[in-house]
Amino acid sequence: MPVITLTINDELVSARSGQSILEACRDHDIQLPTLCYLDGLSARGGCRLCLVDVAGSPRLLPACTTEALENMVVTTHNEKIDRYRRMILELTFAERNHTCAVCVSNENCELQSLAAELGMDHVRYDYLNPELNLDTSHERYGVDHNRCLLCLRCVRVCDEVEGAHTWDVMGRGVESRVITDLNRPWGDSESCTDCGKCVEVCPTGALFDKGSSVAEMKKEASFLRRILDGREKRQWQR
Amino acid sequence: MNPTSLAEQAAQELQRQEQLKLRLFLCYSTPCVAAGAEPVKTALEELLAKQDLAADLEIVATGCMGPCSRGPLLRIKNADGEEQTFEKVTPEQAKEILLHSIANQPVETTALPADLPFFVRQTRIVLSNSGEIDPEKIEHGIARGSYSALAHVLHEMSAEEVCAEIKQSGLRGRGGGGYPTGLKWNLVRKSPAERKYVVANGDEGDPGAYMDRTIMESDPHRVLEGMAIAGYAVGAEQGYIYVRGEYPLAAARLVKAIKAAERRGLLGSRVLGSNFNFRIDLRIGAGAFVCGEETALMTSIMGRRGQPVPRPPYPAQSGLWGYPTLINNVESYANIAPIMQQGADWFAGFGTEKSKGTKVFALCGEVVNSGLIEVPMGISLRDIVFEIGGGLPDGGKFKAAQTGGPSGGCIPAEHLDTPVDYESLKELGSIMGSGGLIVMNESSCMPDVAKFFMGFCMEESCGKCVPCRVGTVEMYELLTRITDGSAMLNDLETLEQLCRLVQETSLCGLGMTAPNPVLNTLHYYRDEYLAHIQENNCPAGVCQLDQIPLLKLPEHAAELAVFKEEH
Amino acid sequence: MTAPTAPSTKINDDTGHDLKFQLIDKALKKCQFQQDALIEVLHTAQETFGHLDEEILDYVSLQLKLPPSWVYGVATFYNFFTLDPQGEHVCVVCLGTACYVKGAGEIVTRLEEEFSIKAGATTEDGNLSLLTARCLGNCSLAPMLTLDGEVHGKQTAESVIAALKAKTTQKAALEEEKV
Repeated sequence: MPVITLTINDELVSARSGQSILEACRDHDIQLPTLCYLDGLSARGGCRLCLVDVAGSPRLLPACTTEALENMVVTTHNEKIDRYRRMILELTFAERNHTCAVCVSNENCELQSLAAELGMDHVRYDYLNPELNLDTSHERYGVDHNRCLLCLRCVRVCDEVEGAHTWDVMGRGVESRVITDLNRPWGDSESCTDCGKCVEVCPTGALFDKGSSVAEMKKEASFLRRILDGREKRQWQR
Repeated sequence: MNPTSLAEQAAQELQRQEQLKLRLFLCYSTPCVAAGAEPVKTALEELLAKQDLAADLEIVATGCMGPCSRGPLLRIKNADGEEQTFEKVTPEQAKEILLHSIANQPVETTALPADLPFFVRQTRIVLSNSGEIDPEKIEHGIARGSYSALAHVLHEMSAEEVCAEIKQSGLRGRGGGGYPTGLKWNLVRKSPAERKYVVANGDEGDPGAYMDRTIMESDPHRVLEGMAIAGYAVGAEQGYIYVRGEYPLAAARLVKAIKAAERRGLLGSRVLGSNFNFRIDLRIGAGAFVCGEETALMTSIMGRRGQPVPRPPYPAQSGLWGYPTLINNVESYANIAPIMQQGADWFAGFGTEKSKGTKVFALCGEVVNSGLIEVPMGISLRDIVFEIGGGLPDGGKFKAAQTGGPSGGCIPAEHLDTPVDYESLKELGSIMGSGGLIVMNESSCMPDVAKFFMGFCMEESCGKCVPCRVGTVEMYELLTRITDGSAMLNDLETLEQLCRLVQETSLCGLGMTAPNPVLNTLHYYRDEYLAHIQENNCPAGVCQLDQIPLLKLPEHAAELAVFKEEH
Repeated sequence: MTAPTAPSTKINDDTGHDLKFQLIDKALKKCQFQQDALIEVLHTAQETFGHLDEEILDYVSLQLKLPPSWVYGVATFYNFFTLDPQGEHVCVVCLGTACYVKGAGEIVTRLEEEFSIKAGATTEDGNLSLLTARCLGNCSLAPMLTLDGEVHGKQTAESVIAALKAKTTQKAALEEEKV
């Protein structure tokens, strides 16, 4: 596979042609914050946390959907970008009811740890406090819309890996919700295979195992890479 | 049809029209029909049948004539080519006009003066057929040269030459962005692919803009011809027109026009006797402003949720179903045929150095002559509002002109002499946009106008990216506080910072431009914002201002009923 | 959920229900069951039924072989599709810039008070749906609205209320006559 070279944060690095900026960064241990990107799923560019500065581009570009190109000059952190990332996190916290103290994913939450990492210590915007419900109709799992970030990892993993497409999004704008089938209770879903992949990839406590209490819900998404390599690179060929 | 038979039919139709003693053009576009054009038409037709005049005259139900607020409009043209236009015509007046004109007697109803600035200050290129033809009769269009540019292009020019000609004309995208059309065509032409598409964006969602609707309703063949030329130039055999769901008449007329053109071999396979095949299909939107954004429009054509996707890759590289796609605004396509007919240099003779040609505006709001106008680029705003528009009614004082809809801004009185072109408007913090131009008088409150547009963006945000989905709601909350009296001075700072964030980090054009009306009004009318916050006063008298800031609650507490009861 | 029975086997029942499904079938055939035509099919269904309920969405999803959540997501993304039945009469007030500048906001407030409903809702008796739109493209007639699809320009709160009252009582009078 052809190799390209580009500059990330004043360092010359190599990347495989066709890789995104974010993948190239990860290969060189440069950490970029993100909530919607997940290795193994299609990139979406929705959370806007992985925005980077690319010399010559008038706008900040999402690293997850922008292809790394030869001679590109990328800056992943500067005062403005870091400030914007904190503000975007503030908006995310203000949107729904992220009450860490009573959340199943407390201390195991990607949103929470990103906020700590980026130093977001207060929210200056009005909390929107939407009235959202909790669906525990499924035998093993539950969905709490109060914690949902609309990262749509669940939608993508269900469609792209499991192939069931049980999840999708309804409505638009701030009224968007993730739904199962025709917006029926999860437990009534005919297409759901109960595989639980959506629960494992969810960055917050929006999707959880039933019966887990505060801070008990630990998730592990690394299985994805393994089964996808097995499938796509034919490592598991019989 | 081939080019020769096309020319023959044009001559034939022209001859028929010249033999008529009198032609009556009745504006039959939506505003005039709403104002009562239908009974006028019925009355005229009855009279025609009763007096057996069908051989001598014809009634043409045309597209938009322009001064929509004066409808229903009726124009008569006698055999000598003399024309008279009448406004606000009643069925009785129409009958009188017809009877007196056919008998060569002076008409009693007063006609609009022929030198009305509304008419003489305009330059009609895009709208040259609008108001002159019955959009449902293809012969009328052919008589005025429809499809002759396509015939010329298909038989005399190479695809490369067509792109070069468009590039030389200096035409820029009329949807708002102003990207050079010729460059875009060349990009798509050079993209190697087994299949390519041409798309016309007729999803005109800006509130206060209806230019594209009028073009599609008044002269649909002009758009189809432009698309076919584009198809030939970039190497596409399939085109789509995406029409806004709110425009059923435009959709119906386009369907008819496509069928009529296909029947005559002007579209379909082996167009005009050449080896070029081109089909056009209609797609009807279902009510989502964001679908005016090109990538969202394409996902909508593919039958999905109309959410934008990050660019690059640009549609010219990977668009519909992953194939290179040329996407232009309806008005851009409507400029193509005249350019190919009369040459790039002729077109470049209109307008300014960087903005060539003309622009169609929907002039409305507080203005005497509201309606649809086409003016050369570079005309001053003052000429548009006070000459063509006739100034403000009831002695109103001009406060601002809003352009560009929810992505644009308000231009204050001190900049009335700015030439209207892409760069100048951008410098003023507004944009050309698709062409809505709304005049406001002193009774409009600027923070309230900004809130109105933010409310619009909030409802129309698709919800894909965080800054736009949540940011618009938070900006709306802050503006609500300013207009209800509960804002503090630091809210203004929070608002401005948030505006910059949303502008710079949103995924698509909707989010990037959503803060424009706020930033622009903050720039020109900051004192109005400050009056709301510091003096609890709305200078325009629009806002109620009946709330108080949360932090100020203690000092007011004694006055509040709730607290009185508790204590 | 059970799949709806094939509508073509039955001819029109009392409600014309199956006849309506036949119209959807026609639209499906016209687009050769292409998944990309989902929005066109939903347009037809919305026109035929006046709304899109679960049965209709499930039928469309089965016929186009699309996941149900996908169809539901598309149906709720666009303003034109409604999941609840509309009122007997529909009044759409334009809230475009020109209409807003000329006082359309006030008209909506007055209508909301007069018929005690919020914009976007239907009265309890199912007589009237009050909707708003972001620009219907008739800015020279501002403030304008449509009543059962008819364009009315240069309106005031009083004129709209009078027109709506006339529409709603008209039906009541007709029914009384029948009795």
